[in-house]
Amino acid sequence: MTHLLGIEPVDKATILAILDRADAIHDSASAALGARPRDVLAGRTVVNLFMEPSTRTRTSFEIAAKRLHADVANVSESFSSSKKGETLLDTARNIDAMRPAVIVLRHGSSGSPAMVAAHVRASVVNAGDGTHEHPTQALLDCGTIRRHKKRVEGLTVAIIGDILHSRVARSNLHALGKLGATVRVAGPRSLLPRGIEAMGALVYDRIEPALEGADVVMVLRLQHERMTGGYVPSLRDYSRFFGVNAKNVRAAKHDAIVMHPGPINRGVELTSDVADGPRSVILDQVAYGVSVRMAVLEHAVAST
Amino acid sequence: MTAIHIRGGRLLDPRQGTDDELDVIVQDGRVARIGKGLDTPTGALVCDARGKIVAPGFVDLHAHLREPGEEGKETIETGSNAAASGGFTTLCAMPNTHPPNDCRAITMLIRTRAREIGGVRVLPIGAITRGLAGEQLADFGELKEAGVVALSDDGKCVMNARLMRRALEYGRTFDLPIVQHAEDHDLSAGGSMNEGAVATRAGIPAQPAEAEEIIVARDLILVEMTGARYHVAHASTARTIALVRDAKARGLPVTCEVTPHHLTLTEAACATYDTSTKMYPPLRTQADVDALAAGLADGTIDAIATDHAPHSKNVKQVEFDCAAFGVIGLETALPIALDLARRGVLSLRDAIERLTWGPARTFKIHGGTMPEGSVADVVVIDPETEWVVTAEDILSKGKNTPFLGKKMRGRAVLTLAGGAVLCDRLDVTRAATPLAPPSRARGLS
Repeated sequence: MTHLLGIEPVDKATILAILDRADAIHDSASAALGARPRDVLAGRTVVNLFMEPSTRTRTSFEIAAKRLHADVANVSESFSSSKKGETLLDTARNIDAMRPAVIVLRHGSSGSPAMVAAHVRASVVNAGDGTHEHPTQALLDCGTIRRHKKRVEGLTVAIIGDILHSRVARSNLHALGKLGATVRVAGPRSLLPRGIEAMGALVYDRIEPALEGADVVMVLRLQHERMTGGYVPSLRDYSRFFGVNAKNVRAAKHDAIVMHPGPINRGVELTSDVADGPRSVILDQVAYGVSVRMAVLEHAVAST
Repeated sequence: MTAIHIRGGRLLDPRQGTDDELDVIVQDGRVARIGKGLDTPTGALVCDARGKIVAPGFVDLHAHLREPGEEGKETIETGSNAAASGGFTTLCAMPNTHPPNDCRAITMLIRTRAREIGGVRVLPIGAITRGLAGEQLADFGELKEAGVVALSDDGKCVMNARLMRRALEYGRTFDLPIVQHAEDHDLSAGGSMNEGAVATRAGIPAQPAEAEEIIVARDLILVEMTGARYHVAHASTARTIALVRDAKARGLPVTCEVTPHHLTLTEAACATYDTSTKMYPPLRTQADVDALAAGLADGTIDAIATDHAPHSKNVKQVEFDCAAFGVIGLETALPIALDLARRGVLSLRDAIERLTWGPARTFKIHGGTMPEGSVADVVVIDPETEWVVTAEDILSKGKNTPFLGKKMRGRAVLTLAGGAVLCDRLDVTRAATPLAPPSRARGLS
């Protein structure tokens, strides 16, 4: 039983092993659609415990588990007992009492997967916790980069947008750092957290120099509530000065790829021509995400 | 009340300038005699204090006793037991109870309950504003009459500068210090720990040190304007200490306190999402810890105050950002202070001073010193005994402490309040009266 609580505690060899396995799954799945690479989860249960709204990640985990022949139960916030005042720990212990092999947890509070992991028998896979980590997103991002660029080491990756509230940025800083890439983060100072340099980031408060010569442009979603929080004055001002568009993306390398963890606010952080353009690998990320999650679920139950 | 002969200990009473091997005889609730090689009065209990330190009972300027209203977290009785176990004989009780202590009736209730229990002395602190709502001043005059020793909205900052000015002005007549919980709530909103690299890595919503410092800076200007007594509760940052040091140098009537946990722990402790490390103000950086230690040593900080904040498990065993703020402190303050002395941060005399006379003079309350004739609030300390903090051993109802499982060195072994034995780890009372220990020592070994 192995938890995946974040990328920070995972070493480079493990990351590469998961990505290699995901590649193998992905290639066999492409060759023979629906091929089921391994049945380690057959007859076992995966519970997707999603305490925050999510379509992409929950569906991706569900498909991944089903392709591994697991039985899948989905518990989402609107149906869960949290509405009745049950604590997360009680919800998790109750689910655990039904003996799932894996609990996939999405939660709005940073550190909640670690708390749950300390109190359950199942393997806990973090599907995004607060503003802490989103490890499977970073794995699928690294895998997607590797498939397009044939390597990660030595590349320059520019992460653009709301770094402060982004678990995707944090997990990618850990993962890309371990794999030897240079990571730049860029956005308005109000969305750049204090001390992000300590995580290995090069920090920019304008996006043009951050994009300059980049191999990978990773654009983050700007949530609408950031306006009410006073972090940025308006979507208009943000998109004009911090949005990625066909003009400013030309500063990146000619063969640079553009990524986005979704969902996209078209015309805010990313214009449609770039999102749908030749540099975009956004749908590749989504496709590869299923393979990565299959590899992660296998890894989670590997030694059970 | 049986007389007690505390024999052969090192009497450390900073206020009196005493640091010598002296006997203390407690009789009729008072310190009857202090001297060398005194004879034991007939029928007196004897406490062999050789190798131990004898000091005035500690005074805590900042405790949350939760009664009335949240007796599940703590009561005046359990808080008193925890205090005595930690060597404290006087507690100043913060007013954020339910209902809050913003009027005579609640002040009297707390005092009456404390008297009935007969434990440590409990001195209520009144609210600055009615209902702690930050809108209208509480009745300072009536509160003073009823017996409060200070005023505070602790748990909340008096954010409105105009109201803070009025509190300082009106409070001056009654010679009550205004105790500020310095936190700009706009700047700190949503922050569960200190802003910086640790919070960024852990993804925990954070609040900057500046949220505290801005309020302290503003308040010091208002103190200069009004000339009123002002006390900074739980100072936690280097700049707060610098601001207070500067204000003191300019002769302003400013005092401040620091908690044991801010003197020993840093924000790094929050990285594991252990909710026992979540408190207000948040644990800061090593540079802040060092500045607090320096401020404690040079007298900028007048008192070590526990900010004892007991919570039940169900508000702590939750997600970090949902957990209640607060940590208990009465039972671990002494070994932490002794540790600072052992590490040479400050002298043993000054460490004891910050627990006794420092706080007593800050709020102008009795105690904190034990000359002949004074009320016998006395603690005997074994500075070397080693013990481990366990939930079973903690007398507070709250077990929320990051020191759980940690080894401590030094402990109160005998605590007397008004001459009554409230904590007796030396079996002084049992040895002399094998029939039954005094009821007040119950629950204590």
